[in-house]
Amino acid sequence: MEHTKLLVKGVTKIFQDGRQYLDTLASIDLFVNSGEFVTVIGPSGCGKSTLFNIVAGVDQPTTGTVAIDGDAQGARAGKAGYMPQQPLLLPWRTVVENVLLGLDVRRQPRKQAELEASELLKRFALADFAHHYPDTLSGGMRQRVALLRTVLFKSSFLLLDEPFGALDALTRLSLQMWLLDLWQTFHSSVLFITHDVREAILLSDRIYVLSARPARVLRIVEVDLPRPRRAEQLALEQAVRLEQELTALLMKEQQL
Amino acid sequence: MKLRWLAGYGPAFVLGMTLLALWELYVRGGQISSQVLPSPTTIIQALIEHWDVISIHTLQTLLETVLGMAAAVIFGLLLAITLEISQWSRRAIYPLLVISQTIPIIALAPLLLIWFGIDLGPKVFVVALYCFFPIAVACADGLADAEPELINLLKSMRASRWQILWLVRLPGAMPSFFSGLRIAATYSVTGAIFGEYVGAYQGLGIYMQLSVNSHAIVLVFAAILVTAVLSLLLFGLVSLIERIALPWYHGSVVHRG
Repeated sequence: MEHTKLLVKGVTKIFQDGRQYLDTLASIDLFVNSGEFVTVIGPSGCGKSTLFNIVAGVDQPTTGTVAIDGDAQGARAGKAGYMPQQPLLLPWRTVVENVLLGLDVRRQPRKQAELEASELLKRFALADFAHHYPDTLSGGMRQRVALLRTVLFKSSFLLLDEPFGALDALTRLSLQMWLLDLWQTFHSSVLFITHDVREAILLSDRIYVLSARPARVLRIVEVDLPRPRRAEQLALEQAVRLEQELTALLMKEQQL
Repeated sequence: MKLRWLAGYGPAFVLGMTLLALWELYVRGGQISSQVLPSPTTIIQALIEHWDVISIHTLQTLLETVLGMAAAVIFGLLLAITLEISQWSRRAIYPLLVISQTIPIIALAPLLLIWFGIDLGPKVFVVALYCFFPIAVACADGLADAEPELINLLKSMRASRWQILWLVRLPGAMPSFFSGLRIAATYSVTGAIFGEYVGAYQGLGIYMQLSVNSHAIVLVFAAILVTAVLSLLLFGLVSLIERIALPWYHGSVVHRG
């Protein structure tokens, strides 16, 4: 049943601001197979989010092709659950109404949408907060709500852009485990962005390391730690070696 | 909660009462003829005595104000949305909008009387002209303020322009809309009175005009008092509607209903 969920081929992006050209992506190739958890890691400001917006259909590449489920021609918007860095919850909507936002966009009947959202909140232990406004939630909670909104919109393919970047270490770890639970429940394909090496190793099947801007793929690493993953596995010898190797690689890029 | 809220107005109440007491003493002390400046108590007495007449004028003014506000809300919202929809319309319309506010109402009101007669219409028009501007400008700013990342999120869900407007921009602009509406509410009664001043069958404006002409200064003050109370009530009503309509904006923890 394994097929290619996402295929990015020779994608470049040059931004133009008046007479200035900003070369952001210098030919990126990557793929995500169905059910895989793939992470893109790179120094900050290297164009990871640009790549993301292109895959999500919010932005267009200057050259190259992006195919989702083998379709390189059609519109990409609407084919992935997209989660940017900030949770971006709507303050006038309660938690459950935020989670069903994507279904509203699809014009699904409200009753049915509310039912689906409530089920999801119950399954992932947020039912108590269903009728709270986002302003009253902690940062970690908001991120969970945003993740459920993403999953309810499209569980088969998730695009997650540094979703845990702003959280403290402990909350981060509990959310990482929570995300793995989510991923396994829905058999999702995931493209994940981070600049945290340990996070990438803990979560991924495969890691793409990007260079500083203009970004290209420096290295592709398969992570063969056993699943289900646990935080302790980061102490295994192979994980430690991988972490040191990737950190060294990124440090060299960061200096540029 | 209620008590603390009321207590917040304590200082204003004390200051107001002090000023009124000073005014009362000044007039009673014979410093000035009560024909020229009536004391607060005589104003209230006159208001009670003439309430049967004043109330009819008040209702007329209130009707014009409410109709004018309603027109201003509809026109202001539509205008704000038009400005948001295209950069072209923003560049074309915004300057005209500002110019519309430089028209001196005092010159326009008599013209409206000549063009449209002495009926309700021209007064409603003056109120609307006064009130649509703060509503349209505040609302347009609110619509434009939506976070670009949020717009991208909606685009990634393949939302149409109209869905983005309806799901993100409009609800997000509601606090700004209500700020504009509160400003408009304070202007609105004055607008109606301006409209009536140049000619009307009924209304507080024409009542003031007639009272001045017959040197009944105390009745002018009575009408001013009614105008002030009316404006305050409208302001309070708008604030109340806002609290009910935007519970999330006023720190409510849980959504009820």
